[in-house]
Amino acid sequence: MSVAIGGRRRGPAWLSTPPARRLATCLAVGVVMALVTGKSGSNDAPTSGITGTFESASAYYWIAAGAVLWVVITAWQSRGAVVKSTYRSVTAKPREVFAQRRVKYPAYAGFLVAAVVLPNFVNGFWQEILVGQIAPYVLLAIGLNVVVGFAGLLDLGYIAFYAVGAYSAAYWTNQLPAHPPFTLNVFWTFPLAVLAAMLAGVILGAPTLRLRGDYLAIVTLGFGEIIQLVADNSGSITNGSQGVAPNSVPDFSIHVAGIHYTWPLEAVPGDHMPWYYLILGIIVVVIVLFHLLENSRVGRAWVAIREDEVAAEACGINPLKYKVMAFAIGASTSGLAGVFFASKNGVFTPGDFPFQQSVVVLVLVIFGGMGSIPGAVAGAAILQYLPQLLRSHIQQPDLFAYYGAILIAMMIFRPQGVIPSRRRAREIAQAEAGIGSADALAPPGEAP
Amino acid sequence: MCLTQHFSTFFVQGLANGFLYALIALGYTLVYGVLQLINFAHSEVFMLGGFGGMFLLNHIVHGQPHGVMSVLILIAGLIGGGLAGALTAFVLERVAYRPLRRRHAPKLAYLISAIGASFFLLTMAGKEFGRNSWAIKRPYANGNVFSIFGAQVQTDYLVIAGASLAMMVLLDRVVAKTRLGQGIRAVAQDPDTAGLMGVNIDRVIAVTFILGGLLGGAAGFLFGLQNGGSVSYTMGTVPGIKAFTAAVLGGIGNVRGAVLGGLLLGVVESLSISCINTNWTDVISFIVLVLVLLVLPTGLLGERVGRSA
Repeated sequence: MSVAIGGRRRGPAWLSTPPARRLATCLAVGVVMALVTGKSGSNDAPTSGITGTFESASAYYWIAAGAVLWVVITAWQSRGAVVKSTYRSVTAKPREVFAQRRVKYPAYAGFLVAAVVLPNFVNGFWQEILVGQIAPYVLLAIGLNVVVGFAGLLDLGYIAFYAVGAYSAAYWTNQLPAHPPFTLNVFWTFPLAVLAAMLAGVILGAPTLRLRGDYLAIVTLGFGEIIQLVADNSGSITNGSQGVAPNSVPDFSIHVAGIHYTWPLEAVPGDHMPWYYLILGIIVVVIVLFHLLENSRVGRAWVAIREDEVAAEACGINPLKYKVMAFAIGASTSGLAGVFFASKNGVFTPGDFPFQQSVVVLVLVIFGGMGSIPGAVAGAAILQYLPQLLRSHIQQPDLFAYYGAILIAMMIFRPQGVIPSRRRAREIAQAEAGIGSADALAPPGEAP
Repeated sequence: MCLTQHFSTFFVQGLANGFLYALIALGYTLVYGVLQLINFAHSEVFMLGGFGGMFLLNHIVHGQPHGVMSVLILIAGLIGGGLAGALTAFVLERVAYRPLRRRHAPKLAYLISAIGASFFLLTMAGKEFGRNSWAIKRPYANGNVFSIFGAQVQTDYLVIAGASLAMMVLLDRVVAKTRLGQGIRAVAQDPDTAGLMGVNIDRVIAVTFILGGLLGGAAGFLFGLQNGGSVSYTMGTVPGIKAFTAAVLGGIGNVRGAVLGGLLLGVVESLSISCINTNWTDVISFIVLVLVLLVLPTGLLGERVGRSA
């Protein structure tokens, strides 16, 4: 076997130089972007999407943009190091200042005040987007961040736990064909739904996490499909494909010590702010809890497992225990968000929990920066806001192509995310240099 | 009760499905062998293979072909599907895997970029080809050929079994006997040493993806023929999970194990159809997956990844 399998590279030498190859890549990216943003084909005319795309001028703008990208990259390759060193001395200072506690915490308080005050000044449409599309996904992203970011596992059925939470809420408020032993106020379903989602997480995670971590990914993927199938097919328990209808999960309400307050949905049409403050409260509590968790014994155990599982085990950490814990905590956060969704929407069907949504939440976490709570929040806020802003330019079903492309691009160019956790970024760099693993996918007891 | 009535019918149908799962599972297992990674986008390779075969057939078939023409068109469809699958797998490896391999990225990164690629391909197929299902112009008229123990054996089943067996035997020979197969086995065993011995690792990995894509694409075409004679952009996901189950059941990284696992899963599934009902088939397969992982994580024939090969 001394002779190489395969042959030499053919063609002129200049074709295989980095700039030429880079140009080809940049132009290909332009073509792909043109196709993604271009016209759709149909069953009657399958090639009309492709031909239609290249008949319009915008396709050539995209290809031109690819060429410009090439110019920028090529310039950066030759001059980038100089620019970067100059720029670093400029940016280092603000970053350093922000890392100080006396600046950091007031800054976060400022963000919180902005989050409380600013939504009052946008119109009803955006308030609805904020409550329906952005805030629940921020919560989901924070939860998935525990699984993907803190523990270094991959969960592709995250939305299934959201469904578990929503159906729990519907069950305990007596809106399903299966009747609960007693009917509860929606607020009281929170702990029960969280418990149910956590149980589902443990049942799913405990057997799977003993093995290679990538098995977990496919098992959760299957679980996501199964939950939907089960909800669809067990009509006597979940009302099947009709979902929670025509009944509906009641709105949140408080009846304590003479105070009676119901979160309005029908009462004051268009007033979304009470709902917004409710979920903002939940999000803030969850963020504080997870921040404490990150810096606790448990958080340090996750770091140790990610960086070197064998060494962690030698130090007395039980990897399985902490992996299951992360998985269950992530699942219960999803369940929490599910209760909110159930009560806000009132009516929902199994079709509201498709596999695609699990991947969307993953995109939010990866884009923001895995392992970084500010990253998860910002990623969710930005990526859930942009499609709404561009909704006249993007067809809704095509959105998933952008999400897929974002996942690939982030993994190739910036695996640590837009707002990275400093530790996580360093781990990824180290793993690429051959130190540690930066994830928890190796089977317990085996070196990565 | 359920084992007696229509058992043989479901058994035969299960075997036919099993052959398809086995073909797809081979794609997972080959890639797993050389990279120790689950190729999440393999279900989309399968789907695009189905589209490749469908477009080719709908282009060349006019009227109802007979005799030799049927066979030729069938082979053309298999090749068309296989090539479409191979092309997808090749591009996939180039775009979603190779840049990460260059950087020695953590394993999590591969899984994420593969799931991104799967998502991208799925959506783009729906966008370009339309989101309704496409009927395939049949190369032959499906009908009952003969019956065995009361089970009607259809032409489709024979075609699937014959084509799958031929491809599997071919693959087994390629991996066991050729220089290329030697390269694949060398990289599976120890990529670093294989590289030092002069094996072009990049080339071997690309070829492995292409081989898996050929089989997966052809399976997509056969699946389209059998499953109501149509393909759609969402057809990959569920067979993808099942084929992965089959690969783990047989022992991931193990080529013969994938075949055994696929056939077994097909039969188990058909039993669940006859004993419970169709709605729960996918749930049963999933429970099989979890049970296999719990009880028999290395599969029936033992896994062959990296160090244990």
